Amino acid sequence: MSTASPASELAIDVTGVTKRFGPKTVVDAIDLQVRRGEIYGFLGPNGSGKTTFIRMLCGLLTPDAGSGTCLGYDVLRQQAEIKRHVGYMTQRFSYYEDLTIRENLDFIARIYDIPDRAAAVQQSLERLGLQNRSRQLAGQLSGGWKQRLALAACLIHQPQLLLLDEPTAGVDPKARRDFWDEIHRLAASGLTVLITTHYMDEAERCHRLAYLAYGHLLAQGTVGDVIASAHLTTWSVSGPDLPRVASALRERNGAEQIVAFGNTLHVSGRDAPKLAAAIAAVRDDRHQWTQIHPGLEDVFISLMDGAKDNFS
Amino acid sequence: MKRFTFHRLWAIVLKEFIQMRRDRVTFGMMVGIPMMQLLLFGFAINSDPKHLPTAIRAADQGPFARTLVAALKQSSYFTFVREAATEEEARRLLQVGDVQFVINIPEDFSRRLLRGEKPTLLIEADATDPAATGPALSAVRAIADSVLDRDLAGPLARLRAKSGAIQLQVHAHYNPENITQYNVVPGLMGVVLTMTMVVITALAITRERERGTMENLLATPVRPTEVMVGKILPYIAVGYVQVTLILLAAHFIFGVPMLGSLPLLYAVALLFIAANLAVGITFSTLASNQLQAVQMAFFFFLPSILLSGFMFPFRGMPEWAQWVGSCLPNTHFLRIVRGILLKGNGLMEIAPHLWPLGVFLLVAMTIGVKRYRQTLD
Ligand SMILES: Nc1ncnc2c1ncn2[C@@H]1O[C@H](COP(=O)(O)OP(=O)(O)OP(=O)(O)O)[C@@H](O)[C@H]1O
Ligand SMILES: [Mg+2]
Repeated sequence: MSTASPASELAIDVTGVTKRFGPKTVVDAIDLQVRRGEIYGFLGPNGSGKTTFIRMLCGLLTPDAGSGTCLGYDVLRQQAEIKRHVGYMTQRFSYYEDLTIRENLDFIARIYDIPDRAAAVQQSLERLGLQNRSRQLAGQLSGGWKQRLALAACLIHQPQLLLLDEPTAGVDPKARRDFWDEIHRLAASGLTVLITTHYMDEAERCHRLAYLAYGHLLAQGTVGDVIASAHLTTWSVSGPDLPRVASALRERNGAEQIVAFGNTLHVSGRDAPKLAAAIAAVRDDRHQWTQIHPGLEDVFISLMDGAKDNFS
Repeated sequence: MKRFTFHRLWAIVLKEFIQMRRDRVTFGMMVGIPMMQLLLFGFAINSDPKHLPTAIRAADQGPFARTLVAALKQSSYFTFVREAATEEEARRLLQVGDVQFVINIPEDFSRRLLRGEKPTLLIEADATDPAATGPALSAVRAIADSVLDRDLAGPLARLRAKSGAIQLQVHAHYNPENITQYNVVPGLMGVVLTMTMVVITALAITRERERGTMENLLATPVRPTEVMVGKILPYIAVGYVQVTLILLAAHFIFGVPMLGSLPLLYAVALLFIAANLAVGITFSTLASNQLQAVQMAFFFFLPSILLSGFMFPFRGMPEWAQWVGSCLPNTHFLRIVRGILLKGNGLMEIAPHLWPLGVFLLVAMTIGVKRYRQTLD
């Protein structure tokens, strides 16, 4: 490998990327720019096309339309170069369950022809705290350890871009926190990370994020940008007999979303005066009503409901 | 960048070996299947093959010789395909396998018959497969007696001695004692290799797809040919272990003669093993799960065992079956192995069966590489 990738601010820069499976457009004309060194979150309901989009970025699927670059290489024509510099962690564990941890890492290291292979394998075992388990078969590991192995394996060839597809699904909170600390360390050292997740707390740990539904990119930017762009007004209500309040609100226009959070309800709508009118009609003194800042989750649910009306 | 590299190939080879070692059951099958089949097929399967290609070397054109030949032609056991001018030529036809029998009528046949001297009718037979020759040979005796009984009428009737007017002499070549194991055991080599090689490689790629590891492999710079060759190489080694096991059993348990060159046999086996592996790989690119892969392997295995001349004598099969059989690598390999072991054939004699193997390998490999998807769509 002699051709260094062109120096560019953007690790991913694609426009109009589209993928169809039969009659169904799974990814529809997505534009995405991700800066180098950035942790970019990719969110969206099940089946929204996140995995499909990532597969197109690393050359596993050919887009039906669109163009752009990944690490400066053309996503349509230079897939071999992209594969060399990208670490891809699949949604489903995809290393060999009948090989040990060390054998898996060694295999990947050989495939990428890493110069000092033994040292690289040893180093990656140590960095992820896997050295004591190196002789264990991958298939016998628990979910959290499998995830560590997968991360170690996709880092072994020192990629410039990490594509992580739901890396923390089924991992406990402590292990998730450790994982995210590692991701931030990697990003600080210059690695770009594109990561999909369904967890709101993880979304908030990304520098920027994008929200996808039915193959359409509905919002992108920092957490603040995304929340602001939804123009959502949210009220929190607490007190007795909340289900009755909820059903009373549902009979009126304006309260588009009513979600229970423990002992409170979050009532949101995109039209603030209409929402205020609806609330005024059902309000009594037994309940505390306060206007709050909408959270990411409120915004995403609202985006998804809006998308459902538009695209499906 | 797009080139084939040996370090990546080697990575795949090593991985396959480790996985093979871990999978005890499959590993046991690779050794167990040949052994079990050897024991099961140690017994013969009988049938009554007809229309066997026969050459005639008639040194006598007298009336009795002519009626005898005419009667043999009438019987459904023989089809006369050639006239052999010399003993030399007759021998060659047998060795290459163009004919199953050579019927020799000596020059003074008619004269000695009339003198009551019991002339000899010499039949040379390729007896590698006793099941194919046995019934035809017993038919000759009956035909000869009945024809001559009719011809030797009137004053010649005295020549009809009780023991017959002529002597029938049969030279069974290559397997004179008609030991069926001599035929079955070398034939097993092709059958065992077909079964294990096709099944195991058919599973090799399908398993990667089913377990999701294929997605990972495709995301690395590894090339399709590297994956394919890397998966084939370890199983070639397995194939050679099986060949050796069968040869050892053939020699020490069944006492099968080994007249030809074993290095030649090992060399040809490479072609055959590779052909089967390529079939397996092709199946694995077509199948969407491991069960389908196994079913396809059986779909290939059944004709390979039934129509290749292993189960039933090839020439006893209907024409369409022979035609299908000729397209299968096992049919050709079977003849090569029997030829080398039992007839002492060299490269020249097996050449007619060598090139079909080569063609088959080429076709299967091309389809396999073409079908192997480098992306997921
Ligand atoms: N190979 C394929 N053939 C046909 N349809 C497919 C294929 N792969 C994905 N799809 C469809 O495309 C849509 C998007 O799938 P995708 O896996 O990209 O969603 P996702 O956002 O990753 O979902 P999740 O959050 O559940 O992982 C789904 O409806 C899926 O059924
Ligand atoms: Mg997905």
